Amino acid sequence: MLAFLVQRISQAALVMFVISVIAFSIQDGLGDPLQEMVGMSVSMEEREALREELGLNDPKLVQYLRFAGNAIQGDLGNSYFYGKPTLEVIADHLPATLELVIGASLIILLLSVPIGVYAAIRPQAWLAKFFMGVSTVGISIPVFLTAIVLIQIYSIGVNVEWFPVETGWGQWLNGALSTEGGLPSYGRGENLTHLFGTWYSGFFTESGLMHLVLPCVSLASIMLPLFIRLIRAEMMEVLQSDYIRYARAKGLSAGRINFLHALKNTMLPVITVGGVQIGVMVAYTILTETVFQWPGVGLMFLEAITRSDIPLIVAYLMVVGLIFVVTNTLVDLVYGLVNPTVKLTGKKA
Amino acid sequence: MKKLLAALVGTMALATAPVALSAEATKELKMAYDADPVTLDIHEQLSGGILQLSHMTFDPLVRWTKDLGFEARLAESWSRVDDKTMRFKLREGVKFHSGNELTAKDVKFTYDRLKESQDFKAIFKPFSGINVIDDYTFELVTSEPFPLLLNTATYIFPLDSEFYSGETEDGKQKGAILKHGNSFASDNLSGTGPFMVKSRQQGVRMEFERFADYWDEESPGNVKKIVMTPIKENNTRVSALLSGGVDFIAPVPPTDLDRIKRDKNSDLVTMSGTRIILFHMNQERVEAFKDPKVRQAVAYAINQEGIAAKIMKGFATPAAQLSPAGYQGHNESLKPRYDVEKAQQLMKEAGYEDGFTITMMAPNNRYVNDDKIAQAAAAMLARINIKVDLKTLPKAQYWPEYDDRSADMMLIGWHADTEDSANFYEFLTFCTEAGSGSGQYNAGNYCNPEIDALVEKANVETDLDKRAAMLQDVEKRLYDDAAFVPLHWQDLAWASKKNVKIEPILNVMNFPYLGDLVVE
Repeated sequence: MLAFLVQRISQAALVMFVISVIAFSIQDGLGDPLQEMVGMSVSMEEREALREELGLNDPKLVQYLRFAGNAIQGDLGNSYFYGKPTLEVIADHLPATLELVIGASLIILLLSVPIGVYAAIRPQAWLAKFFMGVSTVGISIPVFLTAIVLIQIYSIGVNVEWFPVETGWGQWLNGALSTEGGLPSYGRGENLTHLFGTWYSGFFTESGLMHLVLPCVSLASIMLPLFIRLIRAEMMEVLQSDYIRYARAKGLSAGRINFLHALKNTMLPVITVGGVQIGVMVAYTILTETVFQWPGVGLMFLEAITRSDIPLIVAYLMVVGLIFVVTNTLVDLVYGLVNPTVKLTGKKA
Repeated sequence: MKKLLAALVGTMALATAPVALSAEATKELKMAYDADPVTLDIHEQLSGGILQLSHMTFDPLVRWTKDLGFEARLAESWSRVDDKTMRFKLREGVKFHSGNELTAKDVKFTYDRLKESQDFKAIFKPFSGINVIDDYTFELVTSEPFPLLLNTATYIFPLDSEFYSGETEDGKQKGAILKHGNSFASDNLSGTGPFMVKSRQQGVRMEFERFADYWDEESPGNVKKIVMTPIKENNTRVSALLSGGVDFIAPVPPTDLDRIKRDKNSDLVTMSGTRIILFHMNQERVEAFKDPKVRQAVAYAINQEGIAAKIMKGFATPAAQLSPAGYQGHNESLKPRYDVEKAQQLMKEAGYEDGFTITMMAPNNRYVNDDKIAQAAAAMLARINIKVDLKTLPKAQYWPEYDDRSADMMLIGWHADTEDSANFYEFLTFCTEAGSGSGQYNAGNYCNPEIDALVEKANVETDLDKRAAMLQDVEKRLYDDAAFVPLHWQDLAWASKKNVKIEPILNVMNFPYLGDLVVE
């Protein structure tokens, strides 16, 4: 166990070192941070002086060593735009992103398990086929489009007038297809609950929850089909295995077989994939947060790129790298708990 | 006779009836801009966002009216003492948010700080000093006769000298202007303006509350609280308005103008703007561009009206010069000159019938449809056999390239900070001179000392009619010489819910005077 953790921590250190080197070497391609800091009419001399002050004129290696020296002491520099330590800026924005990911994960978990199991037990039922069809469509629509459509339908509202208004059925159909809208389309709302530190939560107020609905659904839409399909496929395989047949022969109830014995083994690969996908989800938050003006790290990162806020970009990449390493470690630990045949450090069992 | 008398008495009664004083401020306004102010220190950066903040939380000495005239604000009156001196009388009884009272020493403090500011010192270069006569009287002195003194006074938003003086607890100067890192002034604000900053989460939201002791009691404004959210994504911003999440948005992207016009709950206001979009033709990189005929050929080959109609969807005013209508230098006689045959003819005369190849660069996220404009221009130049190798870049990468003048044709947009024609020439067409800043953005390396001298002369001409004639002459000469290719002035657009009456408070500078906003 200890050896495993030591191995992972050194891995994390290596990952972050590599990321910092890469981020540093591409920074010239990201543009000139000064352009966002000064007005157009500021003279070249003033710019040069500011560049000197920021240390941008030093050789790249000197800049990197200075950065690395501070980084080892936990100081990843100051954001040009926010004028605050980058880690502080990220800490301010991270809770919003985590809440988005938690919300989306809950939606995925609550929907994918029952639907996946159902589709595996009754593969021929029309409802199962319907779910599989919808999930194929869902997986192929980009999150951007899903978000825009959701905003149009649930927050602006749609007024359908396709059917003749004079007739009763036309009016009814028009009414049935039109939506009122009203769900918030941007931001996190005003009434956030302060939990601790920089964490202000939207989970405890009505307005906070309403603001979470559309972004979480959009983000979930991209992962949900994948999990439904995964659970269905795994479950079908498990249902064919000997111990299930034996259980059936023994006369156990269907519910007990399906949800106690079969589901347990189905979830093993789902945990692995899920762990990796949480990392991918952090990447998708960039898109979702942009569309919904969600003040999380994804939006912050995107804006940092347009502003060439290099310290913030580097810090963000390093933090995300850390998140990946940590989630993978957690997944491995959980996997070990669920499946005792797996040994963490790869020694023979 | 009796009737007449009665009518007369009636009118007199009307005239003497007390003017309706400021309406009770009770309304809340939710608004979304594409970005929030980068700092609370209004001298840290010269940008549209900061000036918008300045007009909300401070007041200038004078401010622009809708038709580019001047309106007295903190300066009650002004008069010329001599060629180089203007005397201002300050309004009495004006309070800062901190409770301190405004006096001439605050104006002096502000003036001195502006002279220090990296971004503002260039604008205040013509000024040589400020004389404080008494608490409510001061004089601004320039080193040469300066016709744009009042234009520049619109940038003087008096700061609360007491509030911004001294040291913070950790020993930093409160008045320091810091471009990076946090200064006292970038987080704290005390102005005379209609709104106080109540809370601020950078990049997330800002809350303003009406200042109870605001001096302007005649302002019709009735907004008590403003919640401002930056929404960068165009689509999201428009959706926020249409779904009722916000009451007022700016800017409105051209692609969504129709969507807002069709919405029965929203109002749209558009205006022809003052930001000119143009191409420079670099004479140092391309020998052919030294020939005025070739430059004219390019000017004739570009269809400004086509670009404005097709690419900008009518959301731009085609331009043949730098100065927009309303500026002193605007020359009515200059019209876009699209004529491909004439262009081909000129190329032939210049000996470039077979054309040549050039490089072109444009930003792709700075101006409205900037990359599409460049693509269209490249296609138009193909018709006179100029083959264009086009590269478009995000703005953060584009400006370093622009500073290096690293392409043969480069696109730029320019708004004159002084709302005056001369500013265009100084930055865009003056002979480039390292050190002085003249021609800093003249990526064409066009150089005509005669024109520069004429502008310099106009800059010390205080007779505004004479000055206008000189500047219009400059504009004509640049046109004849085809010093650059003007494209259009980008339009401005704002949208609001029907009950938010934004039209009266908007202006071409894009400084909505939110203090005067009426919400029904």
